[in-house]
Amino acid sequence: MTESSHHENIELLTYSEVIEVKGFVGNFDVTIRMRPRSVDMSKCTGCGDCLTKCPAKVRSEADQGLGTRRAIYKPFSNAVPNVPVIDREHCIYFTKGKCKVCQKICKAGAINYEQEETIRTEKFGAIIVATGFSLFDISKYGEYGGGRYKDVITGLQLERMIDPNGPTGGHLVRPSDGKPAKSVVFVQCVGSRDEVKGMAYCSKVCCMYTAKQAILLKDHFPETQSYVFYIDIRATGKNYEEFILRAQREYGVVYLRGRVSKIHDPGDKLEVYGADTLAGESVKINADLVVLASAMVPNPDARDLARMLNIPYDSYGFYSEIHPKLQPVESITRGMFIAGACTFPKDIPDSVMMGSAAAAKVCTLFAADELTVEPKLAEVDVDKCVGCFNCIDVCPYEAIQKDTVSGRNVARVIQTLCQGCGNCASTCRSGALDVKGFTDKAIYAQIAAPFEPDEEEEDVYAGA
Amino acid sequence: MLELDAEHVHNLSERVKELSGEDVTHCIQCGKCSGGCTVAPDMEEIPSRIMRFIQLNMKERALTSAMVWTCSSCLTCTARCPEGIDIAKVMNVLRMMCLAEGYTPKEKHVRVFNRLFIDMIQKYGRVYELGLMVQNNMMAMTPFRDIGLLPAILKKRKIGFLPHKVRAVAEVKELFKKCKPFIKG
Repeated sequence: MTESSHHENIELLTYSEVIEVKGFVGNFDVTIRMRPRSVDMSKCTGCGDCLTKCPAKVRSEADQGLGTRRAIYKPFSNAVPNVPVIDREHCIYFTKGKCKVCQKICKAGAINYEQEETIRTEKFGAIIVATGFSLFDISKYGEYGGGRYKDVITGLQLERMIDPNGPTGGHLVRPSDGKPAKSVVFVQCVGSRDEVKGMAYCSKVCCMYTAKQAILLKDHFPETQSYVFYIDIRATGKNYEEFILRAQREYGVVYLRGRVSKIHDPGDKLEVYGADTLAGESVKINADLVVLASAMVPNPDARDLARMLNIPYDSYGFYSEIHPKLQPVESITRGMFIAGACTFPKDIPDSVMMGSAAAAKVCTLFAADELTVEPKLAEVDVDKCVGCFNCIDVCPYEAIQKDTVSGRNVARVIQTLCQGCGNCASTCRSGALDVKGFTDKAIYAQIAAPFEPDEEEEDVYAGA
Repeated sequence: MLELDAEHVHNLSERVKELSGEDVTHCIQCGKCSGGCTVAPDMEEIPSRIMRFIQLNMKERALTSAMVWTCSSCLTCTARCPEGIDIAKVMNVLRMMCLAEGYTPKEKHVRVFNRLFIDMIQKYGRVYELGLMVQNNMMAMTPFRDIGLLPAILKKRKIGFLPHKVRAVAEVKELFKKCKPFIKG
């Protein structure tokens, strides 16, 4: 990330969002809202003094609520660029009008409370959408005490906990009382493979990261015993199955085939009730910590963004590609590509592959001097067009625009966007729209051809 | 309900490994052993489930299962196990543990037959068939079971009336002495 921020051809726009996209491939007009960071990026040296002195403490989003951050903060320790931002919602100066501690501390004089939101519009040739995912809300599982029991956490929270720079300094402790956790139960498929409470799909990455975490726990804290409740173990990548077996055999992680039914907190330890269908026995485990593998789900605003960008999405809100096998990174809008977990739950290797593929597609697009399109494009006969613009409503590619020809309103087809589907041709009342090579006239002629007397054939009969 | 606790969950698999050299934690519960087992169709517990009992430290279930005693050690499971576990050997170890730890074997007659068979080997160095049949029938309280087969067997000289000893009976006895501590384990 740091490398990309220094690249001469890359401009990182952080703390910004795309609010409007117009135009088409090679000519996208993108409007970007750049939110006020309240810190002058050109002056800030990234020393971090302000981060320690700010009096306002807020639950840290990056630490999944396990730790706190200040109102002036960096999202996470390795964030790029290395410049903090003031969270105006929690900043004492912005809420109460007094404080300005960070301004006093800052030697570079980078703090600027007066910064305002700026909007800029720029032209871009192609767009890659890689907006990622969110986690399933575990509080929907009341029987697991998700959100109620402090010692029932998500996999991501555990990940933060075992990070040496994390909220617990790398110690595995119970969030409720800070005591070390010796017995850890992992629950797979929380929110995934559950058609009633969650999603029907498999979240794909949980089997592997759970095994990784169980191995890490045993490595760092040899006295811990981990249990994993699973429905199926899905380890279909390179060396994945071997990894799971290593967790079971070398690290003594006990895998139990069954879904946890209930987690009860009598006070001291959590009681986990489940079953092992392989032994045909119900199981009870007294656990210090329970880790729920919450499913990967689309971002809450994924649908809004998709509508703005004109990208189709599935019933969950994951973005759809043109073809899942042959065109996995292309969206139906030409020049707009999709990559990563915004399309479906994916692990890091898959996301990297998809991102690289999308980048390569853009390079291919830009490398050519001219854009090659399929010859079957819609064409407007401006003499016939009455300007009703029904075609604009039915075009799924937004390839038709209003135009004026000698004072009359007529439709115009943008050739780079048209995919030749023919929706407009069949909708056009005046018969002004046709797909090249598939005009009504040509098709009628093809239908009539077999029934027309063949001159040569007649000659043959005549000869006989 | 099975209660798992961190301290003891690996006890049984470790003990079985100690006695048999077979690591049952390698079992992936594919069920191939059970699919080919010649006696499993008549059993409540199938071999793969016995392996699972060992994995989860379910000692009583593993040691008191009828499967452990009905296993005929045909070695089909051993030959087919994709993880290379000698399942028949594990079953044998479970039988030993069952006796050594004072559990009552689920199939008493199997246990009786095994005892008579071993005693006979110890005594003669080989099986004395007629003696084994008679003793087994008496212990099982069915003195006349299979008696109808006797004339045919005798006529074909399949078994003899009197026991035959091997030459090196003393050496066989020596072998048994060496085995004892292992069995008691």
